[in-house]
Amino acid sequence: MTGRLTLLGSSGVLMMLLLALIFLWVPTDIVLGISQRIFYFHVPMALVAFLAFGVVVVGSIGYLWKKSERMDALAYAAAEIGVLFTTLMLITGMLWAKPVWGVWWTWSPQLTTSLILWFIYTAYLMIRSYAPQGDQGARYGAVMGIIGFVDVPIVYMAAKWWRDVHPEAVVGPLADEGSLESKMVIAFLVGLLAFTTLFAYLLMERYTLRRQESLVERLRYSHV
Amino acid sequence: MTEKTDNPVRAYSSRTPSWWAPILAILWKDVLLESRTREMVMPILVFSFLVIVVFNFVIDPKPALVTAVAPGVLWVAFTFAGMLGLNRTFSMEKEHGGIEGLMMCPVGRDLIYLGKMLGTFFFILVVELIMLPVFAAIFNLPLFEPGLWLITVLATFGFATVGATFSAMAVNTRAREILLPILFFPIAVPVIIAATEATRAVLAGDSFGDYSRWLQLMAGFDVVFVVIAALTFDFVLGE
Repeated sequence: MTGRLTLLGSSGVLMMLLLALIFLWVPTDIVLGISQRIFYFHVPMALVAFLAFGVVVVGSIGYLWKKSERMDALAYAAAEIGVLFTTLMLITGMLWAKPVWGVWWTWSPQLTTSLILWFIYTAYLMIRSYAPQGDQGARYGAVMGIIGFVDVPIVYMAAKWWRDVHPEAVVGPLADEGSLESKMVIAFLVGLLAFTTLFAYLLMERYTLRRQESLVERLRYSHV
Repeated sequence: MTEKTDNPVRAYSSRTPSWWAPILAILWKDVLLESRTREMVMPILVFSFLVIVVFNFVIDPKPALVTAVAPGVLWVAFTFAGMLGLNRTFSMEKEHGGIEGLMMCPVGRDLIYLGKMLGTFFFILVVELIMLPVFAAIFNLPLFEPGLWLITVLATFGFATVGATFSAMAVNTRAREILLPILFFPIAVPVIIAATEATRAVLAGDSFGDYSRWLQLMAGFDVVFVVIAALTFDFVLGE
């Protein structure tokens, strides 16, 4: 329990530090201007979402292989948090795109893939809640988790080629690769650490809750 | 069964079973069932025809627009048709306890999957092969493009690979009719994109080399997911 509180506490402190760095310390990007500061939230959230989906596939394979309920609870918890962070990533991305590109949304390969990713893991959560309780739902979820994970690179490739066929003018300049200043790198790393600790905390909480939920479920049916 | 015995299971296992025999048996069962009930091909055929007609009113494809919108219309119709076919794949097994019968068969679950998947593939393909000429006539498009037929086969196989698995899952859930498309569409996105773009290239008269990468993408999807789905089908059916 103390470990969990430490995680929550350090995530909170890091968030405060991150906000201070973003608004008081980091230099403004020459090309993208002030709006670029949302990246210190947007990019770490995207990376944490991918990490979460990685945990989903590990948990799914682990469940099918070892039949361990712990692995299933881990996959389920990670999927929920992954969908949460993907949602936040999409929203912060749109907030940034409107002033800089002039549009809320554009069908670039990254954006298309992120949206499909969101759909895939939303479907994962839906099959979990509509499938029968217990073992069957867990197996369905695991199969969906594996199929979804394998599908993502194929979606990306299709979206990339599709984009070649339908070029779309992006209004405004694009970020120049390799132009990150060292202060920016530090702020980004702080952001990454803040969100990773938050993810670890949420994952532990949700995992424990999920285990307790299935325990309650089992107790309820054992008395019938 | 050609052998005379009281116990068909023992008769089956006493021979060296060929891996394709159970697949063909399940496929044949579905074809026979369809030939007697006619619950799959005809309704889906009429439905996909309706989709094309409705789209025709909604977008009013003038001759100049046809090549731009026709591929999209075609693949929306085929995706919806596939969706309906997938719904039937396992709900018809569920209705009369057929799934228990299948599960009791002394054959690997991967072979059951392949049999059901090929059946679904076959029925959707039949609908599409009938619809292609109708579609070509309505939109005044070239009919005998071999590329178009190849695209249809590859895309439909892709739909059937993941679709059969999702159909077997959705049939045991609440809200199954709506859950199946929610599972199926995001996963099938690459196939839908590839099929539409390849069709567009064919109708624009591009050379095979220009759109072969879309065919490769679909073929890759087909191979990857037929393997994954066959391997995991044991978990989908359960004990």
